[in-house]
Amino acid sequence: MTHQTIDSEHAPHKRWVKTAHWIITLSFFALVFTGGEMTMVHPRFYWGEVGNDLTPALFELPVSRNYQHGGWEKSVPFSEAVNAPVSAARTYNIFNQNGWGRSLHFLAGWFLLVPGLIYFIAGIFTGHFRKHLWPKAKESSLRLLWNDVINHVRMQIPAATNGPHYGLLQKSSYVVVIFFLMPVIVMTGMTMSPAITAAYPFLLKIFFGAQSARTIHFFASSALVLFLIVHVVMVIKSGFKQQIRSMTVGK
Amino acid sequence: MEKKKIITRRKAIITGLTSLGGLLLAGCSKPLPPTYGNILRMGDNLTYIAQRALLPGQSLAKEYNYSDISSFPATGTTNPASFNEDYARLQKKAFADWVLPIEGSVSRPGSYSLADLQKFPSRTHITRHTCEEGWTAIGQWTGVPLSTILQSAGILPSARFINFYAYDTFIDSIDLLDAFHPQTILAYGMNGRNLPIAHGAPVRLRVENQIGYKSMKYLKRIVVTDEFLDPGDSGWAWYTGI
Repeated sequence: MTHQTIDSEHAPHKRWVKTAHWIITLSFFALVFTGGEMTMVHPRFYWGEVGNDLTPALFELPVSRNYQHGGWEKSVPFSEAVNAPVSAARTYNIFNQNGWGRSLHFLAGWFLLVPGLIYFIAGIFTGHFRKHLWPKAKESSLRLLWNDVINHVRMQIPAATNGPHYGLLQKSSYVVVIFFLMPVIVMTGMTMSPAITAAYPFLLKIFFGAQSARTIHFFASSALVLFLIVHVVMVIKSGFKQQIRSMTVGK
Repeated sequence: MEKKKIITRRKAIITGLTSLGGLLLAGCSKPLPPTYGNILRMGDNLTYIAQRALLPGQSLAKEYNYSDISSFPATGTTNPASFNEDYARLQKKAFADWVLPIEGSVSRPGSYSLADLQKFPSRTHITRHTCEEGWTAIGQWTGVPLSTILQSAGILPSARFINFYAYDTFIDSIDLLDAFHPQTILAYGMNGRNLPIAHGAPVRLRVENQIGYKSMKYLKRIVVTDEFLDPGDSGWAWYTGI
């Protein structure tokens, strides 16, 4: 582990960055936990506007007793037409903890949305994004990015720098999380809200429907969990104690 | 009539904005549902206030084409006759004896039979039902706008909440913004036929810009109140615009 001197090139993490980082971390844990709970209640995913137990699923996850439960009365068609849509009454007592699951998800959502927006605005106006996150012109090369990927796969991880001085792959992954995955997960979440889509119907258009939004929300959250795992592994590999210190009380 | 609605909407927004500060001061948020000291209910109220303050109140939920109508599971109570004798009796006579009393803060309290409701101008729309469980379904609903009935009963200016009682023992309420929303109807028809028993016959509520469980099935009684009528913490959010 190299010890680096603190000069303008090696400034420590800003306090607002650290605060936003940890608030969002905690809210992310609550969101993933409750999101998992909600997935267990209806572990079927669809594309388009409509999806329910009486319509075909894109895929199903065997994550709760609700998986392919089959507790339905005989289907009754709504009309005499061929292939008419049907209704069926559910007889099965499903797993459902959405009462607290949903409310905790949305409460945690506020702790992602508000600090996230402040972080986003501050990131633009303080130059944090431009100086530390956006790859520099001399870095913008696929070959350099590929080399960095190879180094990471070989577990050749640069030592901690105690501040926002990131490698190319590291920058790229942060950019994907901040400018792509986070906006997508917030907006697909809102596309599942009946009140919000009534006010902003374009959300249903850009995500191809309420159920597509739910499916994209699921994949975006999976990608974020994958990012979190890799992120923590990299923190450990580059010097856990030092990284945690510089991201909390350290200067 | 139109003017009255505008005042109601504006009032609701102003109440929402003022309660934003009220939420910070304990026990100072009269127009909001109680939180029971539960942080989850406080979060629900924050979402309620924010959506009321930030979203244009009367925007219509997306309406679909007839060909978009989908299969539609019946969940929750699917026939109250199995435990409610009153309902079983009404069902036996095809709901000919069913009436819907409207009481409370109205100048002309009274009861409406199914035929009475069907005499009012009806509204039909094809909308997406969003269940809290995660599934959605598209159905066509026919009924009388709740605003029509409230005006027919002479809703008083002091009124703030519309409370609904159901034959399957559920109690719930909505605020005036949702009550006077053009797509909020007392539905007696589904997909061009009488409302099936599994979907809430003879009449159910449809609140198209909230989650499915606000659209109460098997309506028994409507009570208009000036204050939030506290049914106790069910463990579920009262406002479910999200």
